[in-house]
Amino acid sequence: MSRSKPLSPHLQVYRPQLTSMLSITHRASGIFLSAGTVVLLYWLMSAASGAARYAAALDLFRCGLTRVFLVGWTWAFFYHLCNGLRHLGWDAGYGFDLKTVYRTGYAVLAASVVLTGLIWACVLSQLGGAA
Amino acid sequence: MSLRSELGRVKGLGSAKQGLGHWRVQRLTAVALVPLALWFVTALMSLIGAPHAAVVAWISQPHITVLMLALVIALFWHLQLGLQTVLEDYVHAPWLQIITQLGVRGFAVLGALAAIVSILKISVGVN
Repeated sequence: MSRSKPLSPHLQVYRPQLTSMLSITHRASGIFLSAGTVVLLYWLMSAASGAARYAAALDLFRCGLTRVFLVGWTWAFFYHLCNGLRHLGWDAGYGFDLKTVYRTGYAVLAASVVLTGLIWACVLSQLGGAA
Repeated sequence: MSLRSELGRVKGLGSAKQGLGHWRVQRLTAVALVPLALWFVTALMSLIGAPHAAVVAWISQPHITVLMLALVIALFWHLQLGLQTVLEDYVHAPWLQIITQLGVRGFAVLGALAAIVSILKISVGVN
């Protein structure tokens, strides 16, 4: 490409805004969740391979590092879900004015954090807290 | 002036030759995944740390088998469409574009098949 061509201002010129950050996070969470399907497959395939394999899989799910990733996937899931609903609203033609865009944006962030907290509070209470 | 008729133009379905197909299926699978994924995550809560027999008993109920199959089909289809768009936007070298798109499709198809086979195997009870 010729260097003398005028270029439009690049990404780093702009001040980060909530709207653009939420937009790229939607993509990033989608990519991260896609990678997470490997864990879903591992769970299903070990369940299909008998009790011994399933017990081994459960050991892996109990490990601390796995758990950190699972919390990450939980948040990515709720974020992608809530922001996906926001996108479906836009597709239907609603919520385009700036005030609403910001309000729903903050709501998506808050909802994803609250729902992740709720799920993990439920998980930890089932495992007896310390586990 | 174009000599093509309006109908011919519409039937040509644009440069990708599939018109709104990608966009529509992405939304369709998204709408399907809202209840399916929410249901699955909630259902998982009662299966945490559960022994193998309990998980098998849960999945082998016919309505759960059906919902699980619907979930994984919508899920792998949706992720293929989403990753396809991301690759189209950010991967610029044509050869890398083809390789990564094939890789994503391969992963989506194999992943969906592996999930479907596992669910059916559990449900039919070969173990």
